[in-house]
Amino acid sequence: MTTTISDRLRKKSSRHRKERFIEFILFGAALISVFTTAAIVFILIKESVVFFQSVPITDFLFDTQWTPLFDDAHFGIIVLLSGTITSSMVALAIAIPLGTIIAIYLSEFAPFRVREAVKPFLELLEGVPTIVYGYFALVFVTPLLQKIYPDLPGFNLLSAGLVMGVMIIPYVASLSEDAMKAVPMSLREGSYAMGATRLQTALRVVMPAATSGIASAYILATSRAVGETMVVAVAAGMQPNLTFNPLEPGATITSYIVQVAMGDLPHGSIGYQTIFAAGLTLFLLTLAFNLIGYYMRKKFREVY
Amino acid sequence: MNPNDIEAIRLIIRRAKRWDAFFGLLGILSLMVGILTLVALFVDMAVDGFARIDYKFLTNFPSRRAEDAGILSAWVGTVLVMIVTVVAAVPLGVAAGVYLEEYAPKNWVTDIIEINVNNLAGVPSIVYGLLALGLFVHFFKFGESILSAGMALALLILPVVIVATRESIRAIPQMIREGSYACGATTWQTVKDHILPYSSAGILTGVIIGMARAIGETAPVITIGALTFIAFLPPAPFTGDPPTGPFDWLFAPFTVMPIQMFNWTSRPEAAFLVNAAAAGLVLVVMTVAMNALAIWIRYRLRKNILW
Repeated sequence: MTTTISDRLRKKSSRHRKERFIEFILFGAALISVFTTAAIVFILIKESVVFFQSVPITDFLFDTQWTPLFDDAHFGIIVLLSGTITSSMVALAIAIPLGTIIAIYLSEFAPFRVREAVKPFLELLEGVPTIVYGYFALVFVTPLLQKIYPDLPGFNLLSAGLVMGVMIIPYVASLSEDAMKAVPMSLREGSYAMGATRLQTALRVVMPAATSGIASAYILATSRAVGETMVVAVAAGMQPNLTFNPLEPGATITSYIVQVAMGDLPHGSIGYQTIFAAGLTLFLLTLAFNLIGYYMRKKFREVY
Repeated sequence: MNPNDIEAIRLIIRRAKRWDAFFGLLGILSLMVGILTLVALFVDMAVDGFARIDYKFLTNFPSRRAEDAGILSAWVGTVLVMIVTVVAAVPLGVAAGVYLEEYAPKNWVTDIIEINVNNLAGVPSIVYGLLALGLFVHFFKFGESILSAGMALALLILPVVIVATRESIRAIPQMIREGSYACGATTWQTVKDHILPYSSAGILTGVIIGMARAIGETAPVITIGALTFIAFLPPAPFTGDPPTGPFDWLFAPFTVMPIQMFNWTSRPEAAFLVNAAAAGLVLVVMTVAMNALAIWIRYRLRKNILW
């Protein structure tokens, strides 16, 4: 007796080959993310290596002046870091308390309909282009602050930081709310059964249980504040200034890169390389924050 | 129970409830800070800039005289850059998302890809600008062109598209896949005929949000070296003579809306600030409309879930 295989079944091997081919292409697309990271690291290090051949790394880390385009060139990244730290601190001083309160309110207090109505607004707040926030800081917030404190210069880190803070509120709020939502209902019910109010439950049961998630939200928000560019470039003035006083103008790592890119620096000059050295510093800084934040987030996901 | 004790307990309860109410109020006030900022920003720009927006503003090139200046080259540049971005980011992002959800085995390669996608979402946008400056502008020699900018923004929004794709694929119940496999479909047939069609609305939301973000991005495009003063248009796409003519526009110098706004904002004359407000208003209306569209699609989607 002979068995006959229909044509459709016999095509199986070609069908298999086509499947493997498609999988390979999709895998290639997924690998782009790895290539992108590799390319970022490669480009930043390649240009920075040239930079560090002419500028000793100790000068870069410990010099207290940043004047790369002057004849008497100094390359103290601390000057730019101080601007970054100051503006980020102001931003976090706004975003962390307000973001946390909003997260607690939305996750533990707000009725369903309020939550549904409010969340789109928070998303819109996140969707506004940063250049628009910069404009807003310069022509609206700074004059407002000058009414309270007349000596405030037209460019200052304070108003840039404040606006940046409002900008990252939705980010803190949504990440913290995610963490609080992940806390099992049984913990809340236990607390309510003991006669606790919503606030007591939120502060003493839900928040401690969501600590690692909330901490990761803060860390990711810090990373975002450190990397924010246009608000500080527009509103903080772009003069390198070693200060931790938010009432003064200052340049951040990001705004320095913008300032140089706006000018016409030839490819390969020392000024051109400084932006890659500054970019490398920025990248390492945010990478550290992102990785810590990522693992803390993963941790809270695993717990529940 | 001693009446004094009852009184004391009532006092504690009252106090706790008062704190509770107080915090509810605090929550609403905090929300108001965000929402009022959004309103103030919008109103402030509308008051300053709305009167400036007219037909001439949309069809004039930038000019040294504030009252003659317009945003023609800026919005044309934005549209062209967005074409490149979408063409590059959507297929790549969707393919990567499909791979990670439907194909990827659980091993260290997949872990590395996932960590990378997560990390790339948090890399500051200006670093993408430096990447594009080193890679596209100088290494691949694309120059300070629409192509370089479009590719930089595509890499920037790739994580957004990937995450949106994964989330909407994950929302499809397992039984759909099992049904398809039970009928003898291959993985790709399942993806093509079931997974992608059912997740397309969710993916679309992600693409729209990503595009809204890309339209507003300034820093990476400045870093590439986009010019701030452009008084001509790039050649129209797909019109020149083959072989290279149709693609000349990809290599043209350009400017985009946010850079035009940045340029006007950093000028000392007040008249240019009015222009900046008008350009900002156009930009905000565009991005807010896109975000609102995405939110609306998602809302509709949640209401009409099929399974």
